[in-house]
Amino acid sequence: MTTNSMARKYEPRKVPEKKVATSAMIASLAAEGYDTVAAPFGHALVDLAERDERIVGLSADLSKYTDLHIFAKAMPDRFYQMGMAEQVLMSAAAGLAREGFLPFATTYAVFASRRAYDFIAMAIAEENLPVKIACALPGLTTGYGPSHQAFEDLAIFRGLPNMTLVDPCDACDVAGMVPEIARHPGPVYARLLRGKVPSVLTRHKPDYRFELGRAQMIREGRDVLVISTGIMTMRALDAAERLATDGVDVAVLHTPTVKPLDTETIRAAAAEDGRLVVTAENHTLMGGLGEAVARTLLTGGIAPDFRMIGLPDEFLEAGALPTLHDMYGLSVDRVAEQIKSWL
Amino acid sequence: MSTRRVATPLSNVSVEQRAWNIRHKALRMGEVQGQGYIGQALGIADVLAASYFHAMEYRPEDPEWDGRDRFLLSIGHYAIALYAVLMEAGILPEEELETYGMDDSRMPMSGMASYTPGMEITGGSLGHGLGIAVGMAMGLKRKRNPAFVFNLMSDGELNEGSTWEAVMSAVQHGLDNLVCLVDFNDQQADGKATDAMARVPEEVKWRAFGWHAQRVDGNDMEQVIAAFDAARTFPDAVPRVIIFDTTMCKGVDFLEQREITHFVRVESDEWAKALNVLEKGRPQ
Repeated sequence: MTTNSMARKYEPRKVPEKKVATSAMIASLAAEGYDTVAAPFGHALVDLAERDERIVGLSADLSKYTDLHIFAKAMPDRFYQMGMAEQVLMSAAAGLAREGFLPFATTYAVFASRRAYDFIAMAIAEENLPVKIACALPGLTTGYGPSHQAFEDLAIFRGLPNMTLVDPCDACDVAGMVPEIARHPGPVYARLLRGKVPSVLTRHKPDYRFELGRAQMIREGRDVLVISTGIMTMRALDAAERLATDGVDVAVLHTPTVKPLDTETIRAAAAEDGRLVVTAENHTLMGGLGEAVARTLLTGGIAPDFRMIGLPDEFLEAGALPTLHDMYGLSVDRVAEQIKSWL
Repeated sequence: MSTRRVATPLSNVSVEQRAWNIRHKALRMGEVQGQGYIGQALGIADVLAASYFHAMEYRPEDPEWDGRDRFLLSIGHYAIALYAVLMEAGILPEEELETYGMDDSRMPMSGMASYTPGMEITGGSLGHGLGIAVGMAMGLKRKRNPAFVFNLMSDGELNEGSTWEAVMSAVQHGLDNLVCLVDFNDQQADGKATDAMARVPEEVKWRAFGWHAQRVDGNDMEQVIAAFDAARTFPDAVPRVIIFDTTMCKGVDFLEQREITHFVRVESDEWAKALNVLEKGRPQ
């Protein structure tokens, strides 16, 4: 039985001594010490749409919660409110793309990947149409429970031909990916960070900018190579700083494009002798970045010591996000602890 | 009010003759493969003839001309019928008829956009066409392009939730350039549509959702043409639907009388017999 099985349903509970914040639907991802940027997706889309008339925005009753409301307010005649109807959201985006437009469709990651999959597969991906699907609440970024935790979205979409997958780390990635995915001629599924999004990567690497399809070394290190995506790059960088004080030197290779994978860069980095290779993803260990990297390394004849950090093959619990990140191994403490245990 | 252009192509061949030609071509394709969704093709031939030879504007030599009326085949398994009308319209060369369903053919068993000129979308996974039609109709309005979008769907597709998302959406966005054509032959894979999920009459539902809805005999050309004209000229800013009651296998009496199923079995010697029966009903 998994941890959230029915077995504990009838156990009475006491008020805990340590009271943590209740699980907000939109929990803050901001780690301590980082500045934040408000709604980077919405503002980047408005900037781009001012230069590109083909861009239109659609949402299935979640524009406010995907930062698309910024676009809707700035360009109301280019925004389509599709109602709480994810299937027609995707079909209509396909229809608009057929007529020469460049639609950005937003909802939550669970609804795009689970509810609208057939419509993304057949109306968009099979036709290789340039629909950009941007989805909030990727992986474990809400404590609301399995209905809103898209812990398997990358696995679902990795199997879909023509689909490009992007998992941004921070505000710089989110803003930077908008023009990059718009320029890409095919469909894209982008995980979205919304609201106040931390600014992380440029603090560690001032000249960093997002490039579609490219993995980039954010931090060098001799002992361990972390290959990470999404918010786990943020966690890995923080864990690396902590491990450095213990004399462990950790490199972090940020891989925001999960498909197609930057095979060349990943193989070259992992081929360096003696480093433990660890993948880190805000996603189930089934079928996400870790398995993609493992395949890339093995088929490339590279077999380093290899470990994976990610979510277990379970429906996850509800609770406060920091509690859950600790529970499932995604917090900075747990990332550092796991890496140390493998050395 | 929707503006309307002159329907093309101009021809002295009657629409009834076009419908007969479509049936004839579909039967010949069925004969080539020894199978096919021939029951549906024979049933919908009159609606297809009226679409391509009365209601729609297009350029056979330029199937992607931006001014064309779009015809979406949501029901991929009706491809045999659409190939017949595309050949009749001069969009597909008739010389390729005998390649139907063969390896490397441009006419696979199920309709796909990437295979066939004039095939706008990939159908087959049912309940997709109307949603795509909604997006195309929105796009045409954005471009101030006066073309219509016609979406042909089956009664079975009315079971799909996605259809009703699209139905509501088309009204919400005032898509008066969208005409949905429903083939109500009362036959789904497992049996009668009315035994599956069509207890409430369809035109009642569509009207309740805000559509301009008509229900006519889809094998009576006069009614079919009048319905297309009414759908095109209705003045209000609402989408339009025509529900066509059709008879599976229409035009080939011994198949019409057979116990009708979703996939009508035709024995190998019966194709020639069916063509002979059709020949007797050729319009004068």
